Amino acid sequence: MAFAAFSSGSKTDYKAPRKQSVIVAMSLLLPGMVYLALFFITPLMSLVVTSLEVPDASGEIGRYQYGFEIANYWTVIETYWPHIIRSFTYALVATILSLLISYPLAYFIGIRARKWPLIQKLALALVIAPFFISFLLRTFAWKQLFSNESWIVTTLQEWHILAPDQYLVGTDFMVIFGLTYNFIPFMTLPLYTSLERLDLRLLEAGSDLYATPAKVFRKVTLPITMPGIISGTLMTFIPIAGDYINASRDFLGSSDTQMIGNVVESNFLRINDYPAASALSVLLMAAILALVVFYVRRSGTEDLL
Amino acid sequence: MRFSLGRAALPIYAVLAFVYLLIPIAYTFVFSFNDTFKSNIVWRGFSFKNWLGVCNEQGVCEAFGNSILIGVVSTIIATALGTAIAIALVRYDFKFRSSVSLLLFLPMATPEIVLGAGLASQFFNMGAEKGLVTVIIAHVMFCLSFVVVTVKARVSSLDPALEEAGSDLYATPSKVFWKITFPLLMPGILAAALLSFALSFDDFIITNFNAGPLSTFPKFVYTAASKGIPAAANVVGSAVFLVAILIVVAVQVSSTIKERRLKAGK
Amino acid sequence: MATEFVARGSDLELVGIRKEFPGFTAIENLDLHIPAGEFFALLGPSGCGKTTTLRLVAGLEAPTAGKLLIGGKDVTSTKPHERPVNTVFQSYALFPHMSVLENVAFGLRQRKVEDPLKKATEALELVQLAHLAQRRPQQLSGGQQQRVALARALVNRPSLLLLDEPLGALDLKLRREMQIELKAIQMEVGLTFLHVTHDQEEAMDMADTVAVMNKGRIEQMGAPEALYDRPHTVFVAKFLGQSNLFIGDIVESSASSLSINVAGNKISVPKDRAEKHEGKIAIGVRPEKADLHQSKPAVSSNDNLIGPGEVLDIRFTGVSNQFLVEIPGIGQVTVFEQNEGNSTVALGDQVYVTWQVAHSFGLADLPDSVEE
Repeated sequence: MAFAAFSSGSKTDYKAPRKQSVIVAMSLLLPGMVYLALFFITPLMSLVVTSLEVPDASGEIGRYQYGFEIANYWTVIETYWPHIIRSFTYALVATILSLLISYPLAYFIGIRARKWPLIQKLALALVIAPFFISFLLRTFAWKQLFSNESWIVTTLQEWHILAPDQYLVGTDFMVIFGLTYNFIPFMTLPLYTSLERLDLRLLEAGSDLYATPAKVFRKVTLPITMPGIISGTLMTFIPIAGDYINASRDFLGSSDTQMIGNVVESNFLRINDYPAASALSVLLMAAILALVVFYVRRSGTEDLL
Repeated sequence: MRFSLGRAALPIYAVLAFVYLLIPIAYTFVFSFNDTFKSNIVWRGFSFKNWLGVCNEQGVCEAFGNSILIGVVSTIIATALGTAIAIALVRYDFKFRSSVSLLLFLPMATPEIVLGAGLASQFFNMGAEKGLVTVIIAHVMFCLSFVVVTVKARVSSLDPALEEAGSDLYATPSKVFWKITFPLLMPGILAAALLSFALSFDDFIITNFNAGPLSTFPKFVYTAASKGIPAAANVVGSAVFLVAILIVVAVQVSSTIKERRLKAGK
Repeated sequence: MATEFVARGSDLELVGIRKEFPGFTAIENLDLHIPAGEFFALLGPSGCGKTTTLRLVAGLEAPTAGKLLIGGKDVTSTKPHERPVNTVFQSYALFPHMSVLENVAFGLRQRKVEDPLKKATEALELVQLAHLAQRRPQQLSGGQQQRVALARALVNRPSLLLLDEPLGALDLKLRREMQIELKAIQMEVGLTFLHVTHDQEEAMDMADTVAVMNKGRIEQMGAPEALYDRPHTVFVAKFLGQSNLFIGDIVESSASSLSINVAGNKISVPKDRAEKHEGKIAIGVRPEKADLHQSKPAVSSNDNLIGPGEVLDIRFTGVSNQFLVEIPGIGQVTVFEQNEGNSTVALGDQVYVTWQVAHSFGLADLPDSVEE
């Protein structure tokens, strides 16, 4: 998917008959598969089990015992429905914004910059540059740049765009801004991969057949790059929906911007309400899976990897 | 050629987008040179003191060292496991192919918070002590799929006739792997390893759930954030950034030059 | 220097080879013997099983059933690196991470032959590429890469050299040059060559023996001249050059010949040139063996005469004029006439077609469209 952009040396993929040796195939596959079974599948099941637990008979805080308490789910939905809705709204808005910002950028790197391979590669390096500096430092930098005493905020107040007692940090705007910024590379890379493979002769054929540039884009470029758009939006939406850094009080958020992630974190690591945290995680996972399945079905992208 | 606004719009947009992408990086870099007093919020003048005395800030260097150690160990394990899977996926026929694909895709489609909470609950249920080992286990898990995807692209672009030619020319299967397959997959494996290290080094969410008392660089930054991040963190972040970007740019430039030379040689 | 590589070719024997892939059978039941030192071509359309046969010989695939012998030794269960066989791959498969010289030396190094670089250089001299030894394969042209692939295989002095459509990626002119060069090298080193191709001209031009493959079976095998002169089946008659086919029940059978009647035209074939001697048969003739006549000629019993028919199309190809004649009750007949500058036949003319009975051939089967 997206990260193939880093590695593909040649653009031809060879379709060779696959070798039949079961022993070799299994010895290559098994270690990794067993690993994922132990440390990915089992934890998910453990999460489901924990989400159904009830407080321990001893009454000691932070100790739970096995129950089949489906009511846990109703409780978390009742308590945290604003966070759930907020998370998905933020994720939706930020995903759309980053698609709008990334597509022209990816178009420039993948199509316009083709004539200059070095510029193309350096531009790609710039897109992934944010990966190389800590996610937390980047987010904190935005907090400082938009802080209440910052030049940006005071200027906006002078221009009366913001009221004198109105600030940016802690608002929905700021959290969405941070989420959009942080996940732009995840969107740009898959878009770039599909644009870079686009055969320019198709665009020429389009305009040769009397399509205006806008028509060529809508009827040729966009449908052909749809796999990139799909993988980009998934790769952006999923981590955003589960993020809790941007919305955290210590970074760009406030108590009014808390997302599912913040609730899970505080329930799990601060108040030790493991069943509630687990139930919320399971709900988040289920929602994301439903979304992925729907999305992949709709778009017909069966080959996931 | 006449200047055309239509054609210039996209490059101008791209430049603006790059500026936007780089602003927080520049900010972090600039404030690593701030002549700080207590906090690193207001610019007080240029100084090298944060760079020279980076380890004077309590906990920064220890956290950084832990992050490097975790990154290296998990990268090695994830790259080895993932490369094997990538080869099997492209070159071998086996049953349950779609289940294997699904199992590899799911960790990438799972929000980090779910991965983190899940592992934490498993370690909790097992009564395992959180620390270095649990963090490495977690990092290998989420890096694995990314390694598979990256290496798989490289394996698919490798002409299988090259390996056949190797065995046709009297190389044993293991010789074929080490003399032909491995060197030719190397760029993909290296890219996967770099990606894996970057993911591991920068991970906060999963680490936070599974590290217990162990400190890592992102954990250090997170803890410090409430009272203001010390300049030493900016120094570490900037230094890592410089090293990484230098590696990437050097690789890209050298591969472009190589391509050009190959074309010129024809 | 060339003597370094000379004449250790072995003969190759395939006994009852069968190869099944999940879902289809690539090779049904193949028996084949290629004598040492021969240039042998496997010719057929794509999907006929010829490449699978080559891969079986190289050891890149294992047969489902049957035996494979090289120089009399059973190698059926040996791995590719244990077989005294080398391949020139269709894509050349030169190692991109090694120099040309290292590519050629690869096999020698694997077998721990002494002085690999010296021998590799000699092999490069044989294909006239010693001056490019230090280049990377990607820096060479298609024809040069092809010769490196050849040198890389030949330097190991294999008992058997396998060529998998090695000229397929070259343009026509280079292809002709390489055909000549390849044939010259084969004569020089005297190895057994097994050449797989779909190009009938290439196969007939280069090979001592051609085997025509179709649907996993060998339809016919023999010297190129013999195959062309007397195809045994409809497939061979149509795949190897062009043929006019006439189908009818045998109406006359003498000691030396058979005749059929097609819409009032009697067409004969010598008995010893016919595969089938009773019932409905197909008789064919090559277009260049037939002649056109603008008036009905007097013919003896040694000639076949059909017509009259109308000239539908005339194609001028330089060397020859190709006429398409529609004869009522028979269908379309193609006739090639040498371009001697004296043809007066024009479109729409009524013409007769004749050829010597001795040039007819009788086939063992009938075209798919005809009922038995």
